[in-house]
Amino acid sequence: MTHPNVRGSIRQRLLVMLLLSAAGIAILLYAVVQSVAKQVVQESQDNILAASALSILDSARVIQGEISIDLPYSSLSMLDSVIDERAFYSVRLNDEFLSGYEDLPRIANLSDVTEFQSASYLGEGIRVASTRRSFTTVDGQVYLEISVAQTLTGLNKSITRISQISLAIGFGFFVLSVLAAVVIARSTTKPLHLLTRSVSRRGPSDLRPVAAPVPTEMAPLVVSLNNLMKRLQNSLSRSEDFIAEAAHRLRTPMAIVRTQAEVTLMRIEKEENRQAIREMIRAIDETSRTAGQLLDHAMVSFRTDSLMKETIKLDELIVDAVHRVSPISELRDVEIELQTLDKVVLAGDPILIQNAVQNVLDNAIKYTDADTTITVSLVRGTEFAEISICDRGSGFEKNEIIHLLKRFERGKNASGVVGSGLGLTIVDEIMRAHDGTVSLQNNKGHGACVILSFPL
Amino acid sequence: MRFLLIEDNQALANAVIDRLCLDGHIVDHSSDLETAWDFTSTAEYDLILLDIMLPDGDGRTFLKKHRNAKSRTPVIVLTARSEVSDRVGILDLGADDYMIKPIDYSELEARCRAVLRRQTGQARNAINFGEVEFDSLAGSLKIKDKRVKLRTKELRLFEVFINSPDQIFPKSQLLDRLFPYEVEASENAIEVYVGRLRKHLSGSNVSITTVRGLGYKLEIL
Repeated sequence: MTHPNVRGSIRQRLLVMLLLSAAGIAILLYAVVQSVAKQVVQESQDNILAASALSILDSARVIQGEISIDLPYSSLSMLDSVIDERAFYSVRLNDEFLSGYEDLPRIANLSDVTEFQSASYLGEGIRVASTRRSFTTVDGQVYLEISVAQTLTGLNKSITRISQISLAIGFGFFVLSVLAAVVIARSTTKPLHLLTRSVSRRGPSDLRPVAAPVPTEMAPLVVSLNNLMKRLQNSLSRSEDFIAEAAHRLRTPMAIVRTQAEVTLMRIEKEENRQAIREMIRAIDETSRTAGQLLDHAMVSFRTDSLMKETIKLDELIVDAVHRVSPISELRDVEIELQTLDKVVLAGDPILIQNAVQNVLDNAIKYTDADTTITVSLVRGTEFAEISICDRGSGFEKNEIIHLLKRFERGKNASGVVGSGLGLTIVDEIMRAHDGTVSLQNNKGHGACVILSFPL
Repeated sequence: MRFLLIEDNQALANAVIDRLCLDGHIVDHSSDLETAWDFTSTAEYDLILLDIMLPDGDGRTFLKKHRNAKSRTPVIVLTARSEVSDRVGILDLGADDYMIKPIDYSELEARCRAVLRRQTGQARNAINFGEVEFDSLAGSLKIKDKRVKLRTKELRLFEVFINSPDQIFPKSQLLDRLFPYEVEASENAIEVYVGRLRKHLSGSNVSITTVRGLGYKLEIL
């Protein structure tokens, strides 16, 4: 199996982006709440200060041409309602200090509108509200200026509390967003998982289009997946059809020639003619076997390229193959003995493995001496399952063994036996495709052993 | 044996019929599925030889229908197609065996024997000749209540003789019937098998006699 070039994950990316934006929104939320709260608290303090200053101003009367102020108690008491809160005031008439705290900071260029200012007084931050009003006295027009100040203890307390609340809100929002992000990321990738499952659950030769419902965004992917499968199926069936058609075209005329030759052979008497026809039949057999092996070889290359694995019971496959060749072995009075036959289940292409076992069995039957026994066994080891097929023929030439798996190589001992020299090449290719090996050995007594070993 | 051959290539069919008749079999031939159905519904066959590509359909549909009709007649498929992806399907559909064209007739005979032997409840296929009863399916000779099992080559050699008793067979012809063409065998091998058969036949009134310069023949003494 080839592993895809994996870069990043949609789910992770989605999660990270959702979390980053949630964090950003949470921070922004905190900042906005904080600044609005500060402004509101400040305004309410300013309003109280202004009310206090105005109430003092309102108590001022012009009595017989003289200004008289009766400083109302409530005007200042409303400012120190909070413990530790201190209030200050100053009263000036035409810039001349009358009462209160003389060094209380003043606002320059005061107009008729109440104005506010933050300042520092006696080592503490304060907020000052100043207002003035003109009165007509005996001295003409005078300006009465009132400044009221308050320390920031209460304001800061409110701001701290509001900060805590807005921090909690921001954090709560973030936590909810994380949960939402996880759910969103999961539900977004869910159709992908469903599609993957519906495709990967298919059998090896199931190339039907995907029918599972998918969201709009995934429709183009599914369409191109379906097109790809259609093309694959076309090319698969075209190649298989081609091989089948080629086989048909080759084999039918050869069958006619061979049968006619045999019929003729049985009818004629003259020995030279009989010999000629015998050689003809042998040549046809050789040609048809080579053609068959070439087609098999094409099929094997084609199938190993796009290996489709199924679960195979190897022991049953061997019994079937032996059963299938037994009429041929009987013709040569050769017996096939099944020895150890362990139960082995593996994943592979059954048609290919059947072909490999059949090829090795055919060879054994061809090369073993008449009236002998071929032994077949399947042994399950810890890492490998080994099929060994041993005959009682003349065996392999020691120095030829390494060459016999190559195309069209035939052993010296093969002369006089019909063969294409492709059988073992095919077996070798099939075994490679299944990560297995073929090994050729000579028996201790005499004869050849071919061992097919599959990794478990 | 009585065969039904379903094959659309006329030249090949003629050759196959000739070849099977030479072995003493009876062959009916149909070149399409339609006629094949007529044949199977009117006559009993020992074996059906079926081609896969036919003008009026796929041989596989015949197989399916044949199996659904619960017919016991075994079917051997003769295919020229790539044996690979087809063969699994062919056997799954109920063919008893299959062969790839071109057909080796001794292999066909061996496969027919194997298929017929597998069938249970098959009536004995015995031929009586003199004091000898020959069962080609079981591959045995029975001489005066004594049963002998023959090995494949002995069986096939005896089959050739008993199908045409009193006919003289030259060694070279027997050689061709007994050994695949791919094997270089000498005429001495025939002498060995004739020797073995003579041993089995000893004690009966049947014997294989040598006709000097011509060959062997089976006769009742």
